Amino acid sequence: MLALPSAPAPAPRRQVIVGTALVGGAAMAIVGGLLALSLRMRKAALDQANGRWVPKGIKVPMVPANTMLLALVPICIFAQWAVYSAKRNDKPHTGLALGLTGLIGIAFINAQAFIWNQMHLGIVKGGTYAVMFYSITGVMAALAVAGVVFSAVTAFRYLGGRTTDREVVSAHALYWYAYAVVFAMVWFVVYVTK
Amino acid sequence: MTTIEAHAPSAAHTGAPLARVADWVTTTDHKKIGRLYLATSAVAMLGALVVAALVALERIDAKTVTLPIESLTQLFSTYRFGLTFVVALPLLVGAGIAVVPLQLGARSLAFPRLAATGYWAWLVGSGLAIVAICANGGPNGGNKRFVDLFTLGAVVAIVGLVASIVALAASVLTARAPGMNMRRVPFFSWSILVMSLGLLVALPILVGDLLVLFAAHKYPSVSELSGNRAISSWASFGFTQPTTILFVIPVFGFLADAVATATHQRLKPRGAILAAIGLMLTAVFGAAVQAPVVIRTHFRGLSGGQKVSDLLPYALVHVLPLLGAFLALALVAAGLRAKPTVTAPLVFGLFAALLAVLGTAGGALNHIGDAGLVGTTFEEGAWLALMYAVVLATMGAVAHWGPKWWGRLLPLKATLPLALLGFLGAVLASVPMMIAGFADQPGAIFPAVEKGVDGVVKFNYSGPHALWNTLSFIGHALVLLTALAFLALAVRSFAKGERAGDDPWNGQTLEWATTSPAPQDNFADLHIVASAEPLLDLKTNRSDA
Repeated sequence: MLALPSAPAPAPRRQVIVGTALVGGAAMAIVGGLLALSLRMRKAALDQANGRWVPKGIKVPMVPANTMLLALVPICIFAQWAVYSAKRNDKPHTGLALGLTGLIGIAFINAQAFIWNQMHLGIVKGGTYAVMFYSITGVMAALAVAGVVFSAVTAFRYLGGRTTDREVVSAHALYWYAYAVVFAMVWFVVYVTK
Repeated sequence: MTTIEAHAPSAAHTGAPLARVADWVTTTDHKKIGRLYLATSAVAMLGALVVAALVALERIDAKTVTLPIESLTQLFSTYRFGLTFVVALPLLVGAGIAVVPLQLGARSLAFPRLAATGYWAWLVGSGLAIVAICANGGPNGGNKRFVDLFTLGAVVAIVGLVASIVALAASVLTARAPGMNMRRVPFFSWSILVMSLGLLVALPILVGDLLVLFAAHKYPSVSELSGNRAISSWASFGFTQPTTILFVIPVFGFLADAVATATHQRLKPRGAILAAIGLMLTAVFGAAVQAPVVIRTHFRGLSGGQKVSDLLPYALVHVLPLLGAFLALALVAAGLRAKPTVTAPLVFGLFAALLAVLGTAGGALNHIGDAGLVGTTFEEGAWLALMYAVVLATMGAVAHWGPKWWGRLLPLKATLPLALLGFLGAVLASVPMMIAGFADQPGAIFPAVEKGVDGVVKFNYSGPHALWNTLSFIGHALVLLTALAFLALAVRSFAKGERAGDDPWNGQTLEWATTSPAPQDNFADLHIVASAEPLLDLKTNRSDA
């Protein structure tokens, strides 16, 4: 066997962060594709004579939708607070920040469920709009659930003693940043322009 | 933190058969995960090729339907979905998972559990999708519940593939040996990274569309997205060019590695070859728009602005990938002037790259409106060239890197003719379909079903349609024969082939610096890399001394 010069163990190359970035990119692609399809369907519907996109009698509740967008601001702040505290080996504050991130994440999912409940939008009766609305918001809700699970796993790992795992805390923050960007697009297309 | 793990010696080597099975089911060894992908998709390949031959056989007689008419749709769906997502892409992902960490000098794949989970998700999802198609589900199927099951199965399978692709891309980006910058990454690993980045955009978009179609089909309403026909029309971008061009990017990476190994020289200009392979990534924009990017018919009559608005996207989506493929082939083939040792991997790689260029060019031509090829079998011919390029390249990859997986060589004399046979079969299967496309043979088989059993009119054009479809049938049969013979040789080699040395091809990259077969953790020591061909450096230094 040929012997090349051997090296010491390589420096960490931020594997979890890179992996999270790739997953975040894939999530952006799925939601971006759905939004593009939704816009195309919307244009086709509006181009018809007397065409409308949102079915008659359906009102999109803006207050919870705006609240969801605003909730992502503290989520990102708390996720970054966790990174800041972890870098200073401040275990109590890291745990608190991760806990608050997860908690607001749960409230975020609750707000989405509230919107579904308030709209009374039957998927059969609502036609293409309903199909697109539930597909987009459903995917976003699933990604939010994944984010809350990510927060919980990060907190358990950190509080369980793996305090040198700062990269996971950073990757967790990156996930929520990416989520906030994607949700801002969804908010504008689905809730604002309708 | 790093997720590269050091493994304890496997208990399965000494354990009972059950322990061996458990070891394979729960493995995080990238070589085993890769081989699971390769073995499963190779078995699926035999089934898909039989179906492809049946579809071609059915088309020979243009007027009558020999097979049960209700099964035609299922056969066609199995053929398209199966060859794309159950055979071609998993073959590449499997080869990538099994080889890339070895080429990078890494002890493990990044996120090996994610890759393993991806494999099992793909297996379950593909199984559900195929079962659903067989039970009259799938695109244009008649059984509503099984159409739904197909859509969900396809989603699970593609999500599984995405999970494994994330692990592959993360490995190339983060698990390289010390000193291996991106310019020093081996060609195959580079091409796998390019393909992975493209598919991480294209496949999630397809998943999103499939989810929409599932919702629209499960809860039928007045919507253009509803109904079983919508699946084939709205999700078709995932099964055709330019999305499938992303699949063949690693074919050029493999060929470059095979040529460099066979000529025992540094392949130059390295940067240009890497750039040409990277240029093919522009095909991803075709998937991003989720609709065919075409040059409209009556192009000459369009205004200047309309011409530009057609030509710019067309150039981005079709011309640049074709340019990349052509340049990659030309630059790598120029290396053959250095009198290579003729090996089976080299011949497989060369034929696969020729097919890949043919398929990419076909994809570009198909989207020129004035060529009149939209909706004809021309698209299918181009798609077949791409799929069979992947099949041939994977056979070459198994012949090339097999020693690192099971420590034995495939017999050269028996493997080499198979490359020729497979190439002949692939050309016969695809080119006549392209020619028939020029004669307006419809691409879909569904018009036959619409007409009903009585008075079936499948297609009608002046010309030797029986000849083109017979040739295509023979082509599929030859590829099937090649696949069967290759699998038999691989199994025989696995059991009692000639033992391979650690460096049987006199290679240049890091995978040849470890034992054959490679141990579970790949390398006893991590190596420092000072060039793109670290083993060649070492051999040159030795001979100089």
